Amino acid sequence: MTQSPRKTPKDSDIMSIVSTLTRSTPEPAMSTDDTGQHTPMLDVRGLRKVYASGKRSVEAVRDLTFGVDPGELVCLVGPSGCGKTTLLRCISGLLETTSGEVVLEGKRVSGPPEGMAVVFQEYGRSLFPWLTVWQNVELPLKEKGISRAERKRLTTESLAAVGLADFHTAHPWQLSGGMQQRVAIARAVAYEPHVLLMDEPFAAVDAQTRGELEDLVRALWERLGVTVLFVTHDIDEAVYLGQRVVILSSSPTVVLEDVTIDLPAERDQLTTRSLPRFTELRAHVYERVQQAKQGNRPSTPTATS
Amino acid sequence: MTTSMLWRAGRRLLLIAGLPAVLITAWWLATANSTNFYWPPLRTIVEVFGPTWLEGKLTSDVLPSLARLGVGYLAALALGIGIGVAIGSSTTLRATVEPVLEFFRAIPPPVLVPILILFAGIGDGMKVLVIVSGAIWPILLNTVEGVRSIDEVLRDTAACYRFRTRTRLTTLILRGASPQIMTGARQALSIAIILMVISEMFAASNGLGFTIIQFQRSFALPQMWSGIILLGLIGVALSLLFRLVETRVLAWYFGQRDTQQSGA
Repeated sequence: MTQSPRKTPKDSDIMSIVSTLTRSTPEPAMSTDDTGQHTPMLDVRGLRKVYASGKRSVEAVRDLTFGVDPGELVCLVGPSGCGKTTLLRCISGLLETTSGEVVLEGKRVSGPPEGMAVVFQEYGRSLFPWLTVWQNVELPLKEKGISRAERKRLTTESLAAVGLADFHTAHPWQLSGGMQQRVAIARAVAYEPHVLLMDEPFAAVDAQTRGELEDLVRALWERLGVTVLFVTHDIDEAVYLGQRVVILSSSPTVVLEDVTIDLPAERDQLTTRSLPRFTELRAHVYERVQQAKQGNRPSTPTATS
Repeated sequence: MTTSMLWRAGRRLLLIAGLPAVLITAWWLATANSTNFYWPPLRTIVEVFGPTWLEGKLTSDVLPSLARLGVGYLAALALGIGIGVAIGSSTTLRATVEPVLEFFRAIPPPVLVPILILFAGIGDGMKVLVIVSGAIWPILLNTVEGVRSIDEVLRDTAACYRFRTRTRLTTLILRGASPQIMTGARQALSIAIILMVISEMFAASNGLGFTIIQFQRSFALPQMWSGIILLGLIGVALSLLFRLVETRVLAWYFGQRDTQQSGA
């Protein structure tokens, strides 16, 4: 790695920039239907995915039902190889479901929907190496048909929000791993999605960077009011970030438990992680994931909270 | 500082020009007193070079050859990349077409010349067709490979952000496959030069290949040798031009590769 442009901004810098980022998406209001029940932003109903090749077929996801309310930050956690990626590809419309459906803002997902952005685990492979950092962030906005002036504003603000204001003309491969993932996050934020899907986004960055990026996601989420579905295999991360943690079984996947994380909304790496309640929740989720690894599954896959 | 820079520049020049200088000197000395009719002194060849090529023949033979080369090569690029992208993007098409492609690729293009004369006559069209029929294969096959090997995550990214078909084609597919396309284009360039000469050695009334054969048949051997040297010089010039284009188009690729290598 060349030592050229590498300067990691401090957390405090990022937070102050985040707070200047103007919110231009109208806050997704808690929509209420005629029956008086609020409808979720993202609704996964009876999702099932079977990979069939020739005579062999593998059931990756058996029966998943859960919802994410507007403005919520929900973490999905499960043992490794539990079909998280399959699930995410189904939700983002990249993969057809075998049965069941994914409903986003009242519309059934049949291809990559509008108003959704995805941050992939493989940051190095999801950024276009032939484009600069600026172009990477701006391109989706162009495709969305946003005017030049507005594109400029969104790109500048979102790059500033992730602490990369000085790296507009750099290419992704000139940056460290954590910074590349920041570019991907900036790209997603600039897109102004209603739902942000994150597929183990910090699995490949070092532990210190991971902490910074977790706080960045929390800060952006609080500021922008965007709905976030965060997939991870890291139990600490799930409990630290989420308002709810949905625990998945091993493959074929069902929902094991839907845990509400009743930690204070104001979270930081030091105090939140040392709260007794954090330890309790962490232990609980850990236990369930361990059970899931041993093939333990509920007789009827229901979500309890 | 300046002396070390000068020293480095001198070293570089020595590395680039050293071997050609040695070869030319060796040729010069070995043939200096040559009375062999077939191996005239290099001095004689150099003396006839100017009068032979730079007066008259430049416009009547050299430029027409280069024009046919240019048209043929660009057509091969356009067709090769176009068809390659189509085949690379579709598994069904690939499965159907691949065996046939292997067959056509295996046919040496010069044997097509007599057949092409039947269809396309002996004019410029035939010569361009010969160049295209040979130069297209490395471009086409490398493009197919390049399109196939575009990263899955990058494709997903383009799909998630709902790229329009045009952007998908230019920003994802063509840029993504560009390293392999350039590899194919480089191979195709030398094939195109060879076929330019060969096509002119068959039925032709002008061109470099035609002129060299004429000199050989009329026993004007210094002139013949000077023609061969001219072909070599054209080859070197075109390959330098190619490298210039390549460093521009693939700047990101070389940068990324260097970063990964020094990081590993």
